[in-house]
Amino acid sequence: MSVTKDPTAFTMKFVAEFDATLERVWQLWEDPRQLERWWGPPTYPATVTRYDFTPGGDVSYYMSGPSGDLSRGWWRFVTIEPLHGIEFENGIADETGAPHPSMPAMIVRVVLSEQMSRRTRMSVESVFPSAEVMERFLTMGMEEGMSLAIGQIDELL
Amino acid sequence: MTHEVSLTPRDALIIYNHMVVDSRHRNRTDEVFHALADATRRSIVEKTFQRDYSVSELARLYPMSFAAVQKHVAVLERAELVTKRRHGREQYVRSNLAAIRRAEKFLQRYEELWRDRFDAMNEILGEE
Repeated sequence: MSVTKDPTAFTMKFVAEFDATLERVWQLWEDPRQLERWWGPPTYPATVTRYDFTPGGDVSYYMSGPSGDLSRGWWRFVTIEPLHGIEFENGIADETGAPHPSMPAMIVRVVLSEQMSRRTRMSVESVFPSAEVMERFLTMGMEEGMSLAIGQIDELL
Repeated sequence: MTHEVSLTPRDALIIYNHMVVDSRHRNRTDEVFHALADATRRSIVEKTFQRDYSVSELARLYPMSFAAVQKHVAVLERAELVTKRRHGREQYVRSNLAAIRRAEKFLQRYEELWRDRFDAMNEILGEE
């Protein structure tokens, strides 16, 4: 996985290549049953309760933490270009699943492209509207990997 | 005369994350942006990340008056990007390392999240 960051634009981009066809990789996003198997962090599995995979369509989901805590979130698809790209807003939801009024959404742009030998490249770009929103997303259910991260920081500094 | 300085992407990210992670100072975001909008101030953060500099030492590095450098340091201090301490007649400036360390954690966590997601995708794809 490669990572690109543009901190002044609040943007992070992750790129990875998969050993599967474009059609197969597209299903990871198109099918909510597959999506919920990879969207949540390892200790916060996701359950998708609504999935309207059309431009303007809404998604509701929650992630269940190890101590029974729930983090609710929502998506709204902005554009869907079959097999090639998806753009959606992703926000934090309140208890009823409605968008949290004080939490502006981030934008996620997914681009898929066919590579040689039936491989597929996926780029995921996250654009946060502000530093505060970025922070709140990052504090949501991500205790996993913390100790690892701390070790890496010490190496970096 | 202009003085060209640049931060490496990693430096910029560290500073950015400093701003991101310190929840007690969310409302300082604007100050941080303002502070980092200036090339001299970015350079000061970079220099004082490597070691402490006295204000007069910094003043010798840039083509501007002592007072002007002092003003830049004050802006950085308000944004909590640097701290100042007095030693004798000199004032020493250093980057806020504790905040930077916390910042690194957040960066790693976000990267880790997507790494985990891509791993999980790979696993699903490998099942057929």
